[in-house]
Amino acid sequence: MDWLTTVDHKKIGILYLLAGFIFFIIGGLEAILIRIQLIKPNNHFVGADTFNELITMHGTTMIFLAAMPMLFALMNAVVPLQIGARDVAFPFVNALGFWTFFFGGVLLNISWFVGDVPDAGWTSYVPLAGTTFNGTHGVDYYVIGLQIAGIGTLLGGINFMATIINMRAPGMSFMRMPLFTWAVFVTSILIVFAFPALTVGLVALMFDRLFQANFFEIGAGGNEVLWEHIFWIFGHPEVYILILPAFGVISEVVSTFSRKRLFGYSSMVFALVLIAFLGFMVWAHHMFTTGLGPVANALFSIGTMLIAVPTGVKIFNWLFTMWGGSIRFTTASLFGIGFIPTFVLGGVTGVMLASAPADYQYHDTYFVVAHFHYVIVGGLIMGIFAGLHYWWPKMFGRMLNERLGQLTFWTFFTGFHLTFFVQHFLGLLGMPRRVWTYLPNQGFDTMNLVSTIGAFLMGVGTIVFVINVIVTWAKPRNAADDPWEDGRSLEWSIPSPPPEYNFKQLPLVRGLDAWWKEKREGHTEMTPAEPAGPIHMPSPSILPFIMSVGLFIAGFGFMYHTYWLAGLGVLITFACMFLRSVFDDPGFHIDPKEEVHA
Amino acid sequence: MSAHGHAEGQLPHEPEKATLEGRNKILGFWIFLGAEVVLFGTLFSAFIALRHQVLDGPSASELFELPTVFAATMILLTSSLMSVFAVQAMHRHQVKSMIGWLVLTVLLGLAFLVLEIVEFNTYVSEGHRMNTSAFSSSFYTLVGFHGGHVAFGVLWISLLIAQIFKKGLTVVTAPKIYLSAIYWHFIDVVWVFIFTVVYLMGKVG
Repeated sequence: MDWLTTVDHKKIGILYLLAGFIFFIIGGLEAILIRIQLIKPNNHFVGADTFNELITMHGTTMIFLAAMPMLFALMNAVVPLQIGARDVAFPFVNALGFWTFFFGGVLLNISWFVGDVPDAGWTSYVPLAGTTFNGTHGVDYYVIGLQIAGIGTLLGGINFMATIINMRAPGMSFMRMPLFTWAVFVTSILIVFAFPALTVGLVALMFDRLFQANFFEIGAGGNEVLWEHIFWIFGHPEVYILILPAFGVISEVVSTFSRKRLFGYSSMVFALVLIAFLGFMVWAHHMFTTGLGPVANALFSIGTMLIAVPTGVKIFNWLFTMWGGSIRFTTASLFGIGFIPTFVLGGVTGVMLASAPADYQYHDTYFVVAHFHYVIVGGLIMGIFAGLHYWWPKMFGRMLNERLGQLTFWTFFTGFHLTFFVQHFLGLLGMPRRVWTYLPNQGFDTMNLVSTIGAFLMGVGTIVFVINVIVTWAKPRNAADDPWEDGRSLEWSIPSPPPEYNFKQLPLVRGLDAWWKEKREGHTEMTPAEPAGPIHMPSPSILPFIMSVGLFIAGFGFMYHTYWLAGLGVLITFACMFLRSVFDDPGFHIDPKEEVHA
Repeated sequence: MSAHGHAEGQLPHEPEKATLEGRNKILGFWIFLGAEVVLFGTLFSAFIALRHQVLDGPSASELFELPTVFAATMILLTSSLMSVFAVQAMHRHQVKSMIGWLVLTVLLGLAFLVLEIVEFNTYVSEGHRMNTSAFSSSFYTLVGFHGGHVAFGVLWISLLIAQIFKKGLTVVTAPKIYLSAIYWHFIDVVWVFIFTVVYLMGKVG
C-alpha cells in the first residue's frame, strides 16, 4: 500500500525500474518470437498477421514502456542525490507521471488479451493505420495507450527540468553538475519540446479513427505525409531522449572506474546541448524516400551528418578519460567500455544512412534494423545495464554479484553482436524489414540462423541478470556509503540506500566532483550548508494512482464509443485534481536527530 | 515552507514567490507553457497544411463572420486584462478587489465560450462538420483545443475564487492565482494567432 501512495523519488525510481523491466521482458519475448519465425526460410511458426503484431508491439513496448521507464528509474534514483536535493520539485507530479505511464502501458498490452493488437508498425504510418486498412480496434490501443503513457513522460520532463534548475544544493552551479545530471537536464528539455508533437499526432489519428475526422484521409483532402512529419518531429528527438541519458551514465561510469576526472567536461556539456539542438533539425532524414525533393534531402542529409561531430567529441573524451587512468573492470565498467565501440558502429552506419542517395538502397532493409538496434540496444540498453550495476548499491543497499554480472555482460554483449552484426549484411543483400518470411537460397539463410542464436544468447544474459537480482536480494543489506570507493559525486556521500530525506543537512558544493574533492582533502563527509533541524516532507497520496485509473477507464470508453464510461473516467481524473487543489498538503516533519536516538 | 517567517497577516510584496514551492510551481508552469507552445504549434501546422482542402463543404471565406469573431477577440483580450488587474491587486494585498477582477475574468471567459458555441452551431447548420473535409477537421481540432483550454481556465479560476473566500490570500494560494493568470495570458496569445491565421487569413483566402 505504501508503494501505491509514495511520492518519494527513490521509491518511484524503483517502481519505474520494476515496471520498465517487466515490459522489457515482454518486449524481449516478442523479439525472441520474431527471431524464431525468421530462423529458417519459409517458416510458419507464426502467421503473417501475428508477425505484424509482434514487430509493432516489440518496437512500441521497447521504446515507450521499457527503455524510457528504465531511464526514468535511473533519473529518479540518482538526479536528486547528485544535485544535493531532498526530492524533486514536484513529488506528487512525479508519482502521477509514473502511474499514467504504467496504466498507459497496461492499456496497450491488454490488446493482446482482447485479440485486437496494433499491427501498423511502431511508426503507425497512415493510411495503413487508418480505418480503411485497419478496421479493428488494434491501432486504437496504440493511440490511446501511448497518449496516456505520454502524459507521464511529459510530466516527468517538466519535473526534472524544474528540479535541476531550482533545487541544486548551495555551490552547485550548472558547470559543477555531474554529467549524468546534465544529460538528464538536456533530455528533459527534449521531452518537453518533442512530446507535445506526438500528442497532437495521436489526437489527430484518434479523431480520424473514432470521430471520422479527415486529417489523414486522402479522399477527404487529408494528407498522409503530414503524419510522417508530425511523427518524426517527435520521433527524432525521441531517439536522443533515449541515448543522451545513456551518454550521461557512461560518462559517470568511465570516469569513476578510471579514477580520473572526466576528460573535457565543458566540451562534453557543449556536445550534449549541440546534439539536442541538431536533433530537432533532422527529422526528415527518416523520409528521404517520401519524395520531398533534392533540396530538402540535401539539407537534412548535411544536418544529420553534422551530429556526428559532437558525438565524436564525446567518444574521444571517454577514450581520453580512460587514457592513463587506473581502470577497474567491474561489471558496470565492462558495460561502459563495451558501449563505446558498439555505439561507434551504430554511429558510423548512421552517417551512412544520412547520405540520401545511398539511403534509397538501405531504406526498409535490415541495414536500418541493424543500425537502430546498434544505437538503441548497443547504446542505450548497455548504458542502462552499466547504470544499474553501478547505482544498484545506492538504490537497494546491496552489491550485485560481480561474477554473475560479468556473465551477464559477456553473454549479452556476444549475443547482441551475433544478432545484429550480420543484419547489416542481410540488409545490404536486400532482405526487407517487416516481412514475415523469406525464400531459401538468397544468401539469407545462414545469417538469419546466426542472428536467432544471438537473440537467444541475449535472452540468457537477461536471465542471468534476473538471477543476479534474486541472489542479491537474499544477501544482507550492507553496501557501504561509497561502495566503489572511487565515487565522485554527491550520491556517494550519503548512506546506501539514502534515508527518506536524503541529506541530513544540505551539502556545500565546492567544485566539480564535489565528493571526490572532499575526500581528497581528507574529509569523511560533505561540509554542511545549513544547521541540522527538522526536515519538511510531502505527504504520500493515493490521488495519482486514482487519476491514472480514471484516464485508463476513459481510454476504454472512447475506444468502444461508450461515452458514459469515457465521461466517468475523465470525471474521476478531474475530481482528483479538484481534491488536490482544495485540500492543501501541509506535509510532515522528520527530525534526523530524534531518529538517531530512536 | 509555510509563512513561518512572517507575522500574521503580513504577506511579502510578491506572495507567489515567497516559498520554494511557489517558485518551483511558477518555473514548472512556464516549462509546461513551453510544451503547450509546441502543442499548439503542431496544431497550427496541421491546420495550415490542410486549410485549403474544403472539398464540397463551405470554404473559410464563405463561413467566417468577422464581426462576431472580432467581438470574441475583444472579450478575451479584456478578460486577460482583468487578470492582470487581479494580480496587481494581489501584490497590493487587496483581496476584495482581487476577487472582483477574477470574477470579471471568469465572466468574460464565459461570454467568449458562449460566442464560440453559437459560432460552431451556425457552422454545423451550414454543413461544416468535423467529418466534412480535412479543413473542417483541422479547424475544429485547433479552435476546439483552444476552447477546451478556455473552459478549463474558467473552471479553474472559479475554483480559485472559492478557495480565496475560504482560505484567504496566503503564500499557498497566491502562487495558484499567479499561475492561473499566466495560463490565461497564454490562452489569449494563442487566440491572437488563431484570429490571424484561421480567421483573417481565411477571409483573404
